[in-house]
Amino acid sequence: MNYQLSFTQIWRHFDKLSYGVLLSIELAVIAILIGAVIGLTLAVIYVSSGRVVRAFISAYVEFIRNVPLLLLVYLVFYGLPTVVNIAYDASTSFIVTLSVYAGAYLVEVFRSGLDAVPKGLLDAGKAMGLTPWQRLLHVRLPTMTRITLPALSNTFISLFKDTSIASVIAVPELTFGAQWINNRTFRIVEVYAVTTVIYLVAGYLILFGLRMLERRFRVER
Amino acid sequence: MGELIDAVVYAMPFLMGGLGTTLLVSLITVVLSLVTGVVLGVALIYGPQPVRWVIRLLTDCIRGIPILVLIFAVYYGLPPLGLNLSSFWAAVFALSLFKTAQVIEYVRGAVSSIPRGQMEAAKSIGLIFPQRLRYVIFPQATRRFLPPWVNGVTDAVKGSALVSLLGVVDLMQAINQVIGRTYEPMPLYLLGAVMYFVINYSLSSLSRVLERRYAYIKE
Amino acid sequence: MSAIPLLKISRLTKSFGTNQVLKSVDLEVTAGEVVTVIGPSGGGKTTLLRCVNFLEAYDGGSIKIDGREVGYTDNAGGKKRGEVDLAAMRAETGMVFQSFNLFPHLNAEQNVMLGLRQVRKKPHKEALEIARHWLDRVGLSHKTGSLPSELSGGQQQRVGIARAVAMDPKILLLDEITSALDPELVNEVLDVVRQLASDGMTMLIVTHEIAFARDASHRIVFVADGSVSAQGKPDELMAEVANNERLRSFLSRFSATAH
Repeated sequence: MNYQLSFTQIWRHFDKLSYGVLLSIELAVIAILIGAVIGLTLAVIYVSSGRVVRAFISAYVEFIRNVPLLLLVYLVFYGLPTVVNIAYDASTSFIVTLSVYAGAYLVEVFRSGLDAVPKGLLDAGKAMGLTPWQRLLHVRLPTMTRITLPALSNTFISLFKDTSIASVIAVPELTFGAQWINNRTFRIVEVYAVTTVIYLVAGYLILFGLRMLERRFRVER
Repeated sequence: MGELIDAVVYAMPFLMGGLGTTLLVSLITVVLSLVTGVVLGVALIYGPQPVRWVIRLLTDCIRGIPILVLIFAVYYGLPPLGLNLSSFWAAVFALSLFKTAQVIEYVRGAVSSIPRGQMEAAKSIGLIFPQRLRYVIFPQATRRFLPPWVNGVTDAVKGSALVSLLGVVDLMQAINQVIGRTYEPMPLYLLGAVMYFVINYSLSSLSRVLERRYAYIKE
Repeated sequence: MSAIPLLKISRLTKSFGTNQVLKSVDLEVTAGEVVTVIGPSGGGKTTLLRCVNFLEAYDGGSIKIDGREVGYTDNAGGKKRGEVDLAAMRAETGMVFQSFNLFPHLNAEQNVMLGLRQVRKKPHKEALEIARHWLDRVGLSHKTGSLPSELSGGQQQRVGIARAVAMDPKILLLDEITSALDPELVNEVLDVVRQLASDGMTMLIVTHEIAFARDASHRIVFVADGSVSAQGKPDELMAEVANNERLRSFLSRFSATAH
């Protein structure tokens, strides 16, 4: 145990890490935005459709949730272009994967949000003469925030951590940055110590910020 | 179509070998994390304040780090500090850390949902602490612990795919190796996805069955 | 009272944070005596009872059962008794709770047997006999195999009583045991308590049932504002009303119900 800690090499290449963490956040933000659109759309369709449509949506949700993200990343990046005529770079490919992945989790989030809106409120909407669409827009969606906002925050933090898997297809996010520095400097302990701290600090700062936002946007009842 | 079947027949023995490793990694992880998670979870609830802080800090840290980084940190980070683990055990150790933090949360949730009066009633008939846990708290907590825990086993199975990145030949790595020889990525990734799906869907279905069964037991 | 007290509480104090719930309580209970504690909510009655079997750790003063300090090896605030020692002391005091606190995963019989098997170390057959005997005594011989969720509130509370008395405690503590019950179920529980009283069971009862306190207890203790404000035989205490402003205002709220 005569390993001498030395962080100078890490600070020299710190731009790889700072760029990496920003890219990680960016990937997570794009994925949750697209994922939320997928999730909300499918959740609304789910609650207002028959069994066949529901079965299709459930199949999508269950498939994604029960397969490793790593395999999905490989499948979309290496597999898909061999059968469909598409070409995309690693980052785009990863965004597609993570968005579809996030969508599956968010269908469940929005669905339980829609289910949790008290029936009395919907009846009140009906009594006022609101159309189903108006009831959705003005009653259901605004009142489900209390349930969905915290779940959205948690999903975002999960996605932020999941972006580390993008490193396997050489997307230069934080984990890839760490590997890059590691391969050149061999300061293994220091690289992973610093990287871990960055993930923790960034993750908890984001979570703290999101909790503040939740408090502002929550509809009390 | 015939070629596809040929490819599957060719690949199957490799994939089955990989699947064995995937299941082994998952099993060891699940057992290790169950034992340490329950012990630390109980310590988090009933232990003295400093112990609780340490466990809280530990779980919050682990939960904030991506599993992949955890695996790399254990595999590459420990040897320079004088601790050598094979890639298999490094991966198992890292996955167990991640799962332990999860189990601690499940235990905390299950135990803290039991009304305080249960502990008091158990005290009042003269049971000592280990007896109170064994005869009063655990039997009730188990019903709340089991459904999320079984569902959480899927996280171990899915997470185990990351051991392929350390060169361990699990199902994921076996798929990659076969693709390296056949240049047929899509059918193999789909086949692998189905295999993972079957295992994990069975587990999550079991979790739902347990949840429904225990929902009938009124408290 | 000339007899040696079974339970002797002296200068007992207890605070929750800055809120001093018990200011200085002195109370004695002789073997075979039924003592009822009445008083306004928040006056410290329940806390007093919970200190007796150390569900609450008291800060000062002393609680002695048969001459032994309850929660501490020496004096209050000193060294607490060890887990095993404390459990053995608690087994000597039976407690019945306001919210029953039956073990939901065990049926009536098993609820009563748990302490007999694990604490008293009785063989299964003997424990079962004792459990059945007591369930019969509280009128539940037909419900021995029922889970708590299958019993009415009154039945659950009677199992709670059986669970406590089956341990053959020196003293039984009853903490507002009818407060959580629907009015029509109150009497079936109070009847069981009356029966135990006539059998000579020593009891310390916290209750809001003033009429019950009057006709079932040997002595009533009025606790208000963290200390004993008045006490005596039921008729003595009623005579005290003229001199005790607090007691008068407390009892006036019950005048409609207490004949």
